[in-house]
Amino acid sequence: MTEKKEENPLKKVCIICAKGAIEDVYASLVMANGAVMEGIEAKMFFTFFGLDAITKKKMNRLHTGTVGNPAMTMPGGIPFPTLLGMLPGVEAGVSAMMKKQMADLDIPPVDEFLDMITAGGGEIYACKLAADMFKLKKEDLSEHVIDIITIGDFYALAGGDNTQIIFT
Amino acid sequence: MATKNIAGISVDVNDEGYMTNPSQWTEAIAKELAKEEDIELTDEHLKVAKYLREEHEKGTVLTIRKVGKSGLVDIKGLYKLFPGGPLKKSSKIAGIPKPTSCV
Repeated sequence: MTEKKEENPLKKVCIICAKGAIEDVYASLVMANGAVMEGIEAKMFFTFFGLDAITKKKMNRLHTGTVGNPAMTMPGGIPFPTLLGMLPGVEAGVSAMMKKQMADLDIPPVDEFLDMITAGGGEIYACKLAADMFKLKKEDLSEHVIDIITIGDFYALAGGDNTQIIFT
Repeated sequence: MATKNIAGISVDVNDEGYMTNPSQWTEAIAKELAKEEDIELTDEHLKVAKYLREEHEKGTVLTIRKVGKSGLVDIKGLYKLFPGGPLKKSSKIAGIPKPTSCV
């Protein structure tokens, strides 16, 4: 695709990841990585269940919801019955399949994705309120987490012309 | 499709300045293309460019992750070599099409 020359290009994205399902976390990670790859500054703020993505014990074990997800289909495009999604092991199987499909596209596991984003200068923060709520300390979180901060602190990092805040 | 005179050679480029015929590429062209991106071309840059060209020829979809695992340079090093566009700028300098991957 031809890129239009933007006269007033985007300079910074501040991405808030508040959910912990595979697709929510990866949407945030892809956007942050895509930004630094284009020379756009990226700052990420993980809150509520999004914290799973930067919690050492959980980050590589994310799941996708198989219940109440109308977009979910079986291989071949047949609708995925919600009742099936309730069976033990189904969610794990579907999650494993999603991870495999992403790996085939060279999309890395969460910990490696954070390595890539921070290698490009992206910054990772955790939400203080959510960390307190889930009783998480800095040592429970990825070494890439710069600090546990309040949303006010994060807004303070979100200033400047041509900055966008993205919520997923 | 346009042609552009780079380092004394007439090469085919698209409107974003990416070369459309990788076989026209030479190291002298790479040096000129690098200059346009404010990069002083070194052997390190050339190693990456040659790797990208080889992979492109094989039909590989290139990602910064793949380059990071090539053993030539890690991802941090790749950002240092090609600031503000590790895959785009390196591809441009390597004379291959603009990358289509999001990672």
